[in-house]
Amino acid sequence: MGRTDPIDSPPEGRDNQDMLAVEVHRGTEDDSRFDTFYVPMSENQSVLDVVTHIQRFLDPGLAYRFACRVGVCGSCAMTVNGIPRWTCRTHVSRVSSNGTLRIGPLKNLPVIRDLVTDMTDFFEKWQKARGRFVEPSDSDTVSDNLGSSTTAASNKSFPVRGENGLYVIPPDGAARSEANAAIECINCGVCYSACDVVRWRSDYFGPAALNRAWAALNDERDGDHEGLLRMISSNGGCHNCHSHQSCATHCPVELNPTQSIAGLKKASVKASFRAGRQK
Amino acid sequence: MNIRSYLVQRISAIVMVPFVVTHLIVIILAVQNGLSAEEILGRTRGSFGWAVFYGVFVLAVSAHAAIGVETVLTEWTTLRQRSATLVAHIFGFLLIIIGLRAIFAVISP
Repeated sequence: MGRTDPIDSPPEGRDNQDMLAVEVHRGTEDDSRFDTFYVPMSENQSVLDVVTHIQRFLDPGLAYRFACRVGVCGSCAMTVNGIPRWTCRTHVSRVSSNGTLRIGPLKNLPVIRDLVTDMTDFFEKWQKARGRFVEPSDSDTVSDNLGSSTTAASNKSFPVRGENGLYVIPPDGAARSEANAAIECINCGVCYSACDVVRWRSDYFGPAALNRAWAALNDERDGDHEGLLRMISSNGGCHNCHSHQSCATHCPVELNPTQSIAGLKKASVKASFRAGRQK
Repeated sequence: MNIRSYLVQRISAIVMVPFVVTHLIVIILAVQNGLSAEEILGRTRGSFGWAVFYGVFVLAVSAHAAIGVETVLTEWTTLRQRSATLVAHIFGFLLIIIGLRAIFAVISP
């Protein structure tokens, strides 16, 4: 399918005030430009609606990524007027200035084409930061890496198993509350794109991965807090965070990865002192 | 930055607080009657106390500054972690040598 030439002036018969002027990133990292499209304004129009209109009616060759359109899947994040956002839940009226939009791919990730980034690094760092749940072995009875603390991270015992073999986790427990505060991440990559330290350090795990690690550290069932603390204390880990709080500012589901990372720093220091005493 | 660098930088910063305050007070007092080499050397020569004070101060500053330089190098240059750590170690040792040499110069009788 041949590519439609970008429209560089509003279509005849349409008032400029009815049209959004949308600059869209095109091409790859090595060969990129911004094309301007004119899109009819409508009420309750999301940025994703605008991108979809361009792809369906103006340029079928535009590459972008979306799935659920209701803020659950986390796949449609882009940079809108310089700020990373989930485009399906971002109303144009909230972000457009003077009827213009500038839409690009997420920052801090390699661009595959147009608005699509390669998320490989982002997800691999989740694995590096030990974001997976580790089932404790039956012989594990004590998790003692964290010293005393008011969070579950400090609980020395694994929770008891009920008659059905499942762990009994009180939903209002201190640890569960800490974990709950960090578990609603939709993996959109907005925090990763907003983070200065991710831009500066290629090995930094980033806010999302460390936020996930904090949830795992507060998961009383997790069987490898020692390995988790070792990873988040390493060169790519939590101690690189400058607490700029861009992640918390831009997180679309209002999580606070900076706070999670602060918790990890405290747990890491406590574990370090505890290890020193045991030597 | 790993946990070791993080701890050394924080602890060295805590150690420096009383040293910096004392150093600033001494500067203010020292210039009250005009600043001269004789006045400074008269206070420091042969003083075991000032030797220890500035000796510890130099060590804390060297550790703190070297880790700061390592962070700047890893975040603002293309140096890899290992190279940045090497440069930071060299920088830190240079600070120690220069600092201790300066202390020796004003402490030795």
